[in-house]
Amino acid sequence: MTAPLLEIESLRTYFYTDAGVARAVDGVSLRVDAGETVGVVGESGCGKSVTALSILRLILPPGRIEAGSAIRFEDKNLLEMTEREVQRVRGNRISMVFQEPMTALNPVFTVGDQIAEVARIHAGMSKRDAAAKAVEMLKLVGIPAPEQRANEYPHQLSGGMRQRVVIAMALVMNPALVIADEPTTALDVTIQAQILELLADLTRRLGTSVLLITHDLGVVAEHCTRVIVMYAGEVVEETITTGLFSAAHHPYTEGLLGAMPRIGRHAERLATIPGTVPPPTAWPVGCRFRDRCQYAWDRCEREHPPLYQIDVAHVSRCHLAEEPERRAHPHPPLAAERGASAA
Amino acid sequence: MTTPLLAVRDLRRYFPIKRGVFGRVTGHVRAVDGVSFHVGAAETLALVGESGCGKSTTGRAILRLIEPTSGSVTFDGEDVLALDGARMRKLRRRMQIVFQDPFSSLNPRMSIGSIVREGLIIHHIAEGAAADARVRQLLEEVGLRSEYASRYPHEFSGGQRQRVGIARALSVEPSFIVCDEPVSALDVSVQAQVVNLLQDLQRDRGLSYLFIAHDLSVVEHIADRVAVMYLGHIVEMAPVQRVFSVPLMPYTQALLSAVPAPEPGLKHSRILLAGDVPSPANPPSGCVFHPRCQHPARDAACAGIVPPLEEKAPGHFAACIKQTPTTVSWEQQKSAGGTKPPELFVPPSLAAATY
Repeated sequence: MTAPLLEIESLRTYFYTDAGVARAVDGVSLRVDAGETVGVVGESGCGKSVTALSILRLILPPGRIEAGSAIRFEDKNLLEMTEREVQRVRGNRISMVFQEPMTALNPVFTVGDQIAEVARIHAGMSKRDAAAKAVEMLKLVGIPAPEQRANEYPHQLSGGMRQRVVIAMALVMNPALVIADEPTTALDVTIQAQILELLADLTRRLGTSVLLITHDLGVVAEHCTRVIVMYAGEVVEETITTGLFSAAHHPYTEGLLGAMPRIGRHAERLATIPGTVPPPTAWPVGCRFRDRCQYAWDRCEREHPPLYQIDVAHVSRCHLAEEPERRAHPHPPLAAERGASAA
Repeated sequence: MTTPLLAVRDLRRYFPIKRGVFGRVTGHVRAVDGVSFHVGAAETLALVGESGCGKSTTGRAILRLIEPTSGSVTFDGEDVLALDGARMRKLRRRMQIVFQDPFSSLNPRMSIGSIVREGLIIHHIAEGAAADARVRQLLEEVGLRSEYASRYPHEFSGGQRQRVGIARALSVEPSFIVCDEPVSALDVSVQAQVVNLLQDLQRDRGLSYLFIAHDLSVVEHIADRVAVMYLGHIVEMAPVQRVFSVPLMPYTQALLSAVPAPEPGLKHSRILLAGDVPSPANPPSGCVFHPRCQHPARDAACAGIVPPLEEKAPGHFAACIKQTPTTVSWEQQKSAGGTKPPELFVPPSLAAATY
């Protein structure tokens, strides 16, 4: 078996705030193989974006990556590198596509200059070569009239065009891994379709791996081979994509799938997950989902569930793996009894 | 036929484009360019479309939060646009709005109790202890604990704030609510809670909704009828099942095909629209969608003839001269440069994938 391209092991990223220690990412392990597109899904505050920023070591104080975490990329631990060494990886071997293309681009430079800057800094190209490279990249991401567009400023482009520019910047150095953090959340659905097709097509052609962070299970279903579900700073389920939709194991995943309205499925009422995510400064002991879970029993209060092996390449952080008969007896979760009002 | 609760006719809102130091008007952004629709009692009409299509401007123009440039709005027999300030304020008791962003739409310096109470006082519905009791009742009704009345918006999550916004709208006992993207800022599990709440309230109180949204799966779930907007125009309007099973406007077809299907393997063939939405300051001639259209019979006539929003099937309206049946005859189309006769076009993959 070949070594994975990226392997994260028990990553813990904590933020030391006035309100206490926020354990945003609390023991996450995952891997991405060469050429693979892996989805990370979860709702606000589950730690998915902090995981992405940790990989690139972009965590600023009061945040800190805790000792004992490891992020191995191409057989080197990124967390043991000097800042200078990390800079050579960032933008070169791993690059990032952010959610908001307007804030990811500098408003006072032309888009051509911004793409060229990447080529000059990371590949040491001359000004002229870098400018030519910028035009070539704009063409690659399907921007019409790239020679003219290169001289325009970000505000002159539409949201979809700007996101194409950001993707162009991310691919200049032909990186091994692209981390895309909600790359289409700010875009309309028809533009989202264009951008995701573009990203899938380019990374397939260039053999790039993608870690796609999203809250949209539809996007995952169409573009990812494997999917990781996060909740309250932890991985709660991981499986191949088809397995998630046909045989979700974790009650949180089950709840997410039920809460999502789907075209063509006529439900009278949407299933809901009562309550809200607990604050990261006070994760409950035991299972972090138990107050919102319709199967929870006393064991969930006492014992923090490990990731149980459910099937080949399918793990789930739920004691139901050992006591499956309890799935037959759902009951109203604690959060539902308390009312939706637990602030 | 009974008169609808709300009737909107030929509503327009143009925003002037000003240039130079003297603010010379050099053109107009036609945000809403002649839309007509009605909403019946206890009905939900969804207004869908992408950013900049004019759906939010339409919702606000109906309530005169933005003054329309022209057109007419009739609410329960009253001519809304003709009312003076005092009478308009009175009418707002019956027409309310729930905003998209639960963070900016609540005053951070007011407790949620006073936010909900404000409408009761302004409209002389209740005072003193009676108002306090009503506030507690409203909070309970939207699923918040009444003890929380003294807390401030920042103490609540997004979904809970949206419940406060709904309680505020309900406080004056409206019969019609404009819901402007009420769930798009929320996570999927919380979104489901708020959608269910809106449906429960509609059932219990007989409310009518104008539900403005860009998320088609939510719309399919909540709407009775759907109006699709593109560049300031309504391009298709029909009962919800019709829009999702036999979309007739090529734009609606593309929009539906772009929704990622949450079933791996069930990848329907996608209609990828070329390019971006044109600027509403300088919309294309004829059919505003024609430069991006995938209809096989698209031709020069589409650029020359403004398509009427016509009834293609009972209750199903679409603005496309190439989709049969059409009142724009082939002779008329030929004289406008048409070379391809109209034909019925519904991508089979689309209907098969969703139904």
